[in-house]
Amino acid sequence: MDKKFSNLVSTVVPLPIENIDTDQIIPARFLKATTRDGFGENLFRDWRFDDQQTPKKDFVLNNPLYKGRVLVAGKNFGCGSSREHAAWALGDYGFKVVVSSFFADIFKNNALNNFILPIQVSDDFLQKIFAAVEKDPTAEVEVNLEEQFIRIVNSGEKETFDINAYKKTCLLNGYDDIDYLLSLSKEVAAYETTRPFNF
Amino acid sequence: MGKTLFDKIWDGHIVASKPGFPDAVYINTHFIHEVTSPQAFDGLRKRNIPVFRPAKTRATADHNVPTLEQHLPIKEALSRKQVEMLTKNTTEFGVELYGLGHPYQGIVHVIGPELGITLPGMTIVCGDSHTSTHGAFGTVAFGIGTSEVEQVLATQCILQYKPKRMKIEVNGQLKKGVLSKDIILYIIAQISASGATGYFVEYAGEAIRSLSMEARMTICNMSIEMGARGGLIAPDVTTFEYIKGREFAPKGADWDKALAFWETLQTDEDAEFDKVLTFDAADIEPQITYGTNPGMGIGVTQHIPSLGEIDDKERPSFSKSLQYMDLEPGSQLLGKKVDYVFIGSCTNSRIEDLRMVAEFVKGKRKADDVTVWIVPGSKQVEAQAIAEGIDKVFEAAGFQLRQPGCSACLAMNEDKIPAGKYCIATSNRNFEGRQGPNARTFLASPLTAAAAAITGNVTDVRNMI
Repeated sequence: MDKKFSNLVSTVVPLPIENIDTDQIIPARFLKATTRDGFGENLFRDWRFDDQQTPKKDFVLNNPLYKGRVLVAGKNFGCGSSREHAAWALGDYGFKVVVSSFFADIFKNNALNNFILPIQVSDDFLQKIFAAVEKDPTAEVEVNLEEQFIRIVNSGEKETFDINAYKKTCLLNGYDDIDYLLSLSKEVAAYETTRPFNF
Repeated sequence: MGKTLFDKIWDGHIVASKPGFPDAVYINTHFIHEVTSPQAFDGLRKRNIPVFRPAKTRATADHNVPTLEQHLPIKEALSRKQVEMLTKNTTEFGVELYGLGHPYQGIVHVIGPELGITLPGMTIVCGDSHTSTHGAFGTVAFGIGTSEVEQVLATQCILQYKPKRMKIEVNGQLKKGVLSKDIILYIIAQISASGATGYFVEYAGEAIRSLSMEARMTICNMSIEMGARGGLIAPDVTTFEYIKGREFAPKGADWDKALAFWETLQTDEDAEFDKVLTFDAADIEPQITYGTNPGMGIGVTQHIPSLGEIDDKERPSFSKSLQYMDLEPGSQLLGKKVDYVFIGSCTNSRIEDLRMVAEFVKGKRKADDVTVWIVPGSKQVEAQAIAEGIDKVFEAAGFQLRQPGCSACLAMNEDKIPAGKYCIATSNRNFEGRQGPNARTFLASPLTAAAAAITGNVTDVRNMI
């Protein structure tokens, strides 16, 4: 895992399907590893391969026209199970950015904790990216985290996105939440003395 | 202005809230299981730090375990390794484990409440999205990822932005044959699989109040299926009676003190929610899902929407879903043949679920070509079912009572539904492949599932009771 996010210009992989749940991103039977590595080979396993383990030609990851570090997907991406393996699989496969018009909460946290940037764009802009890639699979997007925008390079169309300041700092500098939480140990001990019961 | 119950619990657990940072929230109880914890323990090793408060984390093995012959070693090597890793990690870091063979073992969201570990006013997390189940006791409980499991192990805190507040009121009384599972499937069908994303829900209203604790847990369990961070129900006499006397519940003078505090855990009358939804229990009939997310549900007698009823933009996803299910838009599910019936999972595997199913099937026999699996949520549920003779009722009906675990809810253990087969399941997710590659899932209540077991088809259980 790269512990830092850098701005990038990349072609995109379009997946215009709504409600992509984490069981599709990484099916449960592949959650048995005890490390964070190697999940990429099973990313979208059952959409990518048939039951004979032959790549399905009509799935976008098997189409040589589409590659890149940016996945663009329909709304409510990452719903369902809290499995962080979904973020690990996307990262291990090589994605650094996921763009959608809506993300499920737990997935969003998991992605950020793995230095993958979830960018929520308007439905309009999402359709513009899909249209640009449909017209030209080599179309690129530029992602700039400092200035919080995503731009379709060919057309120059651009949209800004939200990210909270704390997570932005973490991503740009490679900090994680535990570094910060460990620095609060005095506050935690003080809090515990105020609570006679564990609730 | 008054506060909601969610605000009271959340605000009461903030350890630090610095400008520009998310809240550092203290966690009272952390549950872990074999699938989402190994990498977190690894993280602690890499940082060379201990578990900060080992007594506040409890572990069990549930996702990977077989549900037959649990006394034998787990056959599948990777599953066995993951379960063994949990034993190794909990031993090394001093965390209590209710592993395979332990009388307290079971699905993590079943054992917490039944052991009296889950108590009103707590903050509870687990690396599992159905942690929302514990909200039935008036707790702030939610699922987290493995990096967050590591945070909690390391610091007993989690860094989170506070979700918005939503109230869902279900007024009036439920009709005959309609269960709490039908309430929550109905709500999700109304507001969609993302209708509560960004919110923490409080369920209220007469229909919710009148439910047992088991039934309330079913509702809160599926909060995540509409995208909510969690869902809770204010504790009341039903809650307190359920907790009293349980293994780890406060006793004696501690009980009295705890009770006095718990009775304050209510939303103030003048508190404001960011969103309020109201439903009438009388509008709810037994529910069933037809698609590949839990929001794709209908009343059991209703028709699947036709293409014309679906928004243009959503049509490709809708069609893909029905293609996977091999169902026609506009058709009815009633009378559709099923191959498997699965009664279990953290949604519906508690003793009340098993009792209700047993009472319904007593004297009946399953349809010949249907396989019926009843999977109790815990060793305690299993023992109680046997003590009450429920196992004999199931045996006579041709149902197989298996051993506790997550089982066919998620196809990561040996219990899988074969490709192309239809399973009516009391679990919580009908995603593609959820019960096995190319398996097809209809989500329903335990009664609707039991009715299908008897007739072999999707059936309106109201005609059988």
